[in-house]
Amino acid sequence: MIMRRLLSLENWQRWLWSLVRFVLIAGLSFVILYPIIQKLSTAIKDKADLYSPIVVFIPQHFSLDNFKQAITIMDYWKTLLNTFALSGATTVLTAISCALAGYAFARLKFKGSKFLFAGVILTILVPPTTIIIPIYMNLKEFSLMGFIPLITGKTVNLLDSYWPFILTSLTANSLKAGLYIFIFRQFFRGIPKEVEEAAYIDGAGIGSTFSRIMLPNAVPAIVTVLLFSFVWQWNDSFFTTTYLTSSKVMSTQLSSLPYNLSIMLEGGITTNKDPFYMSMVQDTGILLAILPLTILYLFVQRYFVESIERTGIVG
Amino acid sequence: MSKISKFSVKQLSYTQQKALWGMLYVSPWLFGFLFFFFIPLIYSLRYSFSSIKANASGMSIEFTGLANYVEALTVNLNFNRTLVESIVNMVINVPLIVIFSLFLSVILNQKFFGRAAARSIFFLPVILASGVIANLEISSLIQMLNEQNASSGSFINALGSDELARMMLRSGVNETIVSYLTGAVDRIHQIVSQSGVQILIFLAGIQTISPQLYEASKIEGATGYETFWKITFPMVSPLILVNVIYTIIDSFSSNEMTALIKETGFTNFNFGLSSAMAWIYFLAIMIVLLVSTYFISKRIFYQE
Repeated sequence: MIMRRLLSLENWQRWLWSLVRFVLIAGLSFVILYPIIQKLSTAIKDKADLYSPIVVFIPQHFSLDNFKQAITIMDYWKTLLNTFALSGATTVLTAISCALAGYAFARLKFKGSKFLFAGVILTILVPPTTIIIPIYMNLKEFSLMGFIPLITGKTVNLLDSYWPFILTSLTANSLKAGLYIFIFRQFFRGIPKEVEEAAYIDGAGIGSTFSRIMLPNAVPAIVTVLLFSFVWQWNDSFFTTTYLTSSKVMSTQLSSLPYNLSIMLEGGITTNKDPFYMSMVQDTGILLAILPLTILYLFVQRYFVESIERTGIVG
Repeated sequence: MSKISKFSVKQLSYTQQKALWGMLYVSPWLFGFLFFFFIPLIYSLRYSFSSIKANASGMSIEFTGLANYVEALTVNLNFNRTLVESIVNMVINVPLIVIFSLFLSVILNQKFFGRAAARSIFFLPVILASGVIANLEISSLIQMLNEQNASSGSFINALGSDELARMMLRSGVNETIVSYLTGAVDRIHQIVSQSGVQILIFLAGIQTISPQLYEASKIEGATGYETFWKITFPMVSPLILVNVIYTIIDSFSSNEMTALIKETGFTNFNFGLSSAMAWIYFLAIMIVLLVSTYFISKRIFYQE
């Protein structure tokens, strides 16, 4: 009798907890998804619905005008292509260089490698604002230790090209690269040493051990780094607005969207210049910018969520 | 005999080979570290102690001592306020984000219907809430309009933080704690959107805890509350430090301080002042990092 009552009490507790948990998760999911839903509903609204008190989420007059507007102002297709090229290139290069460095720091110990790893930690800790000005000036008159002036006679201006991104990612010093090196190092440390030694005994050199044994085992870490690097490069405005001034990539286009929009409206029909309308087009622009990322995420999220658990970021 | 010794000179030992390859593999990073990090760091330190003027023959750098620092701290109108604000914001937000993400990762680790969907929603901010999008979102007028509508609506208001605050004050909770907590409720979107990576890290950590520990504690009759404090919490405590550091670093990317430093440098072309500001900011963050690391690492439980 007592047993049964206890059992039912426990049962009740469990149900209650499930309910609380459900409410919590549903609520917080709503908080996260709300801005996206908001933007989606704003984007498909007609201008007439903007001030209508009846319309909250589902508009009365559907229209794709905002999309058309935002696409022309942002030069969307070209921007999309540019951004894909930039993010893709930096992502692949960063992943390669960080994997090499991470493996070296994890397994290929040499004199002073611990000291150098402290340097990696330092790159994570120093805010990029501290070093951006000297980097900017360095890139403006890029000389590679006086090497380039020897050949061409003058320094090269690398600003407003993709070279800063390519150079920094090739040398594992791009945006948040220290973090990626750290992730790779932790992961490679988690792979048993015996695997490596067995490969060596079977006649594999260090290079082929790395490329044929270690890398295939490090897929979770690689996926994590690829995704993070792609997304952060896509969204980054700090370096992008510093290095690129005229090239059209997503983040520069987005940050100049309000400005371009107001110019366009001033040139056209002046009565159209309404701050709320501008905000509406801007929201559509943001939606267009995150759309490719969201689609990408839908495809890789399963893999991503599973893989991060085995990444050893936890170390 | 000589043949053998020649052979052994050519053939490096395994450790030596490893060291050689290690240097080879590290070299791209080292190159970039020197060119895109270390030398700029030294230069920035030097700029911060000098006044830089651009003239016809290029740039002239003149050593002026601490003038830039003095200007940043005493003359510049915005610097002190922005620095204090961004540090205070960081100190307020970091514990909230860490506690929140630990709590959520414990929940997301349990088995329930729709767990995969919930997880992918909670990691969505990792992708969306960074960089330019987050900055623009703040300035969205539509959002503001809607928020105003929402706050005048009776339903949201009834569940709002005012009621909660009154309830807690009546039950005798300290006023500062109450305002801290209600502030957290009001900023829930900001907190949720900044804790994606932290949830991931905690979740990964929780999954490495061996299930035997939980089984044993269940047999001994521990409640869920006890298992959390006696098993989960100590086991993930090293990650609390990781997450605190990550949260602090993550706040660099978008705050007013960064904007101010960049504006001073690139709009007003006062490179010296901008570098000095950046160094003060860096030192302030270092102090926060060191203090928090010191306090947390004393309490961390390591298995070894």
